[in-house]
Amino acid sequence: MWIYEKKLEYPVKVRRPNPGLAKNIITQYGGPDGELAASLRYLTQRYTMPTSQAKGVLTDIGTEELAHMEIVAALVYNLIKDAPLSQIKAAGLDGYYADHDRAVYFVNAEGVPWTAAYIQSKGDPIADLHENMAAEEKARATYEWLINLSDDPDVTDVLRFLREREVVHFQRFGETLNIVHEYLDRKRTF
Amino acid sequence: MNPEQKRLLRIIQALEFTAIDLTLYLDTHPADERALAEYNEVSRRLQEAMMDYQRRYGALKSYGHSPPQTRWTWIDEPWPWEVSD
Ligand SMILES: [Fe+2]
Repeated sequence: MWIYEKKLEYPVKVRRPNPGLAKNIITQYGGPDGELAASLRYLTQRYTMPTSQAKGVLTDIGTEELAHMEIVAALVYNLIKDAPLSQIKAAGLDGYYADHDRAVYFVNAEGVPWTAAYIQSKGDPIADLHENMAAEEKARATYEWLINLSDDPDVTDVLRFLREREVVHFQRFGETLNIVHEYLDRKRTF
Repeated sequence: MNPEQKRLLRIIQALEFTAIDLTLYLDTHPADERALAEYNEVSRRLQEAMMDYQRRYGALKSYGHSPPQTRWTWIDEPWPWEVSD
């Protein structure tokens, strides 16, 4: 089970509405390389991991990704909550507004809703761990493109934190891949 | 949220972040005794800071994980995403 903590993993500061930035950042909420996809991918792959160490890594990173999803939601929510309709229209977020008002929904930067087809759970730990390493690199790259697009230093600071975490997750998945390889080799030899 | 409350919350966030990062590290380096000692120390400090904060400002965790309260503080504002400061 999970216990909710009534705080963010990393503080979020938003001083003024910026629906244009929200429109892009929302892809890390409900886009192909976003935090929902990351969290659900790891939390569902963990059931068929062959070693206790791999089950631990997938559980713990999957849980941290939930915290990142909440940080991204906090950014999006605060960037659009007080935005006047004229700004929402100018940012091209009027289609989103028609479906969701200023609510937070799982879409990519173009408004396409999240789909489980973004993720895989293959039953083959080597395939799954390779997917996860690629997913972390894609998330890292997305945060870099978002940092390039950001015109708000407070938001950029949060995006940098999230980017750094993808680098660490990639590292841990790489180590996990080695551990699982060793385990499978040993199983083959004996 | 008053400045003192925010200051304590920032300390908790920093301690817990260290604990999260060490957790992931220990998952792949369980025999690293220095990392384990660091994890134990940061966990102790985090528990202390959480207890101190919750006694003053109300529950940060639900489902029985916060100290006894004389009124239901869990639903006090702000929620974590209500952050514009
Ligand atoms: Fe990640």
